[in-house]
Amino acid sequence: MSGLRQRLVALALVLPLLLFLGVFFAWPLVTMSAEAIPQSVVARGLPRTAAAAAAWDRTTPPTEAMREALVADLRAAPDDQALAGVVQTLNSAKSGYRTLIARTVAALRGGEGPADLAAIDRRWADPAFWRPIAAETANTRPDANLLAALDLRRDEDGTIRSLPEGASANRRILVRTFVIAGLVTLACLLIGLPYAMLMASLEGWRRQVLLAAVLLPLWTSLLVRTAAWFILLQDNGPVNGLLRAVGIGALPLIFNRTGVVVAMTHVLLPFMVLPIYSVLLGIPRNLMQAAGSMGAHPIRAFVEVLLPLSARGIVAGALLVFMAAIGYYITPALIGGPQDQMISSIIAFYALQTANWGMASALGLVLLAITIVLYAVYHRLSVDEPGRA
Amino acid sequence: MLRPVRLVFGLLATLFLLAPLVAILPLGFTASLFLEYPIPALSLRWMTELFTAEIWRRSIVNSLIVGAGTTLLATVLGTLAALGLRDRLLPLSGIVRIFCLLPMVVPAVVMGVGMQVLFVRLGLANSYLGVIVAHTVVAVPFVLVNVSAALAGIDRRVERAAASLGAAPATVLRTVTLPLALPGILSGAVFAFATSLDEVVLTLFVAGPNQRTLARQMFSTIRENISPAIAAAAFLFIAGTVLVAGAALLVRGRLSARG
Repeated sequence: MSGLRQRLVALALVLPLLLFLGVFFAWPLVTMSAEAIPQSVVARGLPRTAAAAAAWDRTTPPTEAMREALVADLRAAPDDQALAGVVQTLNSAKSGYRTLIARTVAALRGGEGPADLAAIDRRWADPAFWRPIAAETANTRPDANLLAALDLRRDEDGTIRSLPEGASANRRILVRTFVIAGLVTLACLLIGLPYAMLMASLEGWRRQVLLAAVLLPLWTSLLVRTAAWFILLQDNGPVNGLLRAVGIGALPLIFNRTGVVVAMTHVLLPFMVLPIYSVLLGIPRNLMQAAGSMGAHPIRAFVEVLLPLSARGIVAGALLVFMAAIGYYITPALIGGPQDQMISSIIAFYALQTANWGMASALGLVLLAITIVLYAVYHRLSVDEPGRA
Repeated sequence: MLRPVRLVFGLLATLFLLAPLVAILPLGFTASLFLEYPIPALSLRWMTELFTAEIWRRSIVNSLIVGAGTTLLATVLGTLAALGLRDRLLPLSGIVRIFCLLPMVVPAVVMGVGMQVLFVRLGLANSYLGVIVAHTVVAVPFVLVNVSAALAGIDRRVERAAASLGAAPATVLRTVTLPLALPGILSGAVFAFATSLDEVVLTLFVAGPNQRTLARQMFSTIRENISPAIAAAAFLFIAGTVLVAGAALLVRGRLSARG
């Protein structure tokens, strides 16, 4: 009885946050997913016309295929009720469709074979009356935006094909996102692993200093750190000053890939160091000594003893860094050039600059799916961790 | 044999980690028009600019409003939930906890797109409440983690002792559990404030021109017309975080001295 009471109290305590996150975290994600699906009444009512109009340039007279498709669609409509939504949508874009569609349907009724639309109503010869149809059916299938997010499209016969080279850059940007995130993860690993090993091997104040050097940036605002790299890397900045002083000469470090990778590595390095460090702390120190005393070269001892034992921390750190890196927006936006913008920048561009929420949402779904999969793997690894209840 | 290598690596890595933080602070006090070294002379002109130029002053005020609202909302919601999830009394507690921590994982831009669309429908777009709500979503996991850790460190026997002496559950909570968890609650609150202060992406999506925060203003200044005001703002940022964290530490110290 008291158990039930306790449970109810626990529920009452958790419920406010659950409701809050349900409304303001989960619902936005659901809304976004729904936005990714184009809602077109017209495409549903006139599927053949929609497919035919996709290839139309919207200025020349409507093509033969479009006219045939419309005749077929109107003949296939079970009743006027089915076309009511289509008429209403088209009418809100341009008035006149109510009489136009009604007259055309009446004229086509009972007939077969090709029909001359322009003879039924002169307005069908006018591209202006085809344009709303083409516009309303531009996204013809529920997955049109998602396919477009991956530079794919569905042909008239329903097969999924790649867009022609150069027609869209989404896939290139997706690949670029993975490349940058991979480079950052690699850089973090190359610095973070020896750093964590050094930290674990030291004691006293030396270890504290190294630990503080990792934690201080972690506690400092991301924006401040990015601004700091902006200052350090600029053409007349301290880093270039140093390079000039040692005779290498100034290098272009900002608004390019180098700058983005350097700044992101700095920002994400703590997420690599800390998991590895915590795993290393649990490895008995004398293992390496034992390997050494049995004649193993330090490098061999490292590869065969320390590396396998710390693998879990390394994988966890790498996943954490990679997962955070693929969603990065601020650092590439401020330090990168146009060729270094990642998927988040494109999402923000579609949503903030062009108000194309369909594409923004579809790309957002892609990014969300990748992140969730990575997180699931990371979670599985960290839960399985021995000795962690 | 490896000693010098280790030393050099340790120094270089530490330099890499700390140099940016050290490099930006002095530039807030440059007399120059440019965000560059060497600093010709020290001056408070950019600090003054922050507090006198309408756009900067306004953004500082906005950051304080939004930060205070976020801290309050996130701390209350997160602390309650941490108490409720404490003993895994509920079925699916594990899944509930993961769900509550997810905002740390989901890319901000993804949340931003969804919030932008939804907030317009809910009438929250371009409002302080909307920005506070958005910031709370990303700040609340930090409170949950901190308070949960503090609760996990409490010796259950203390609470049982209080209960066995006749204290009602609410009294135990108020007089024993919460005071013992207060350090964690305070850390959570500091994290929530720092998260709100630093938030840019969600702000870009849900805030209107009237809710431009300091972080948002810094972001567009770096993008558009870079000036030493950024370094001054960065100084303010760090000072603000240190101040809030220091205050929290002070309160914690007081509490443990009293206890």
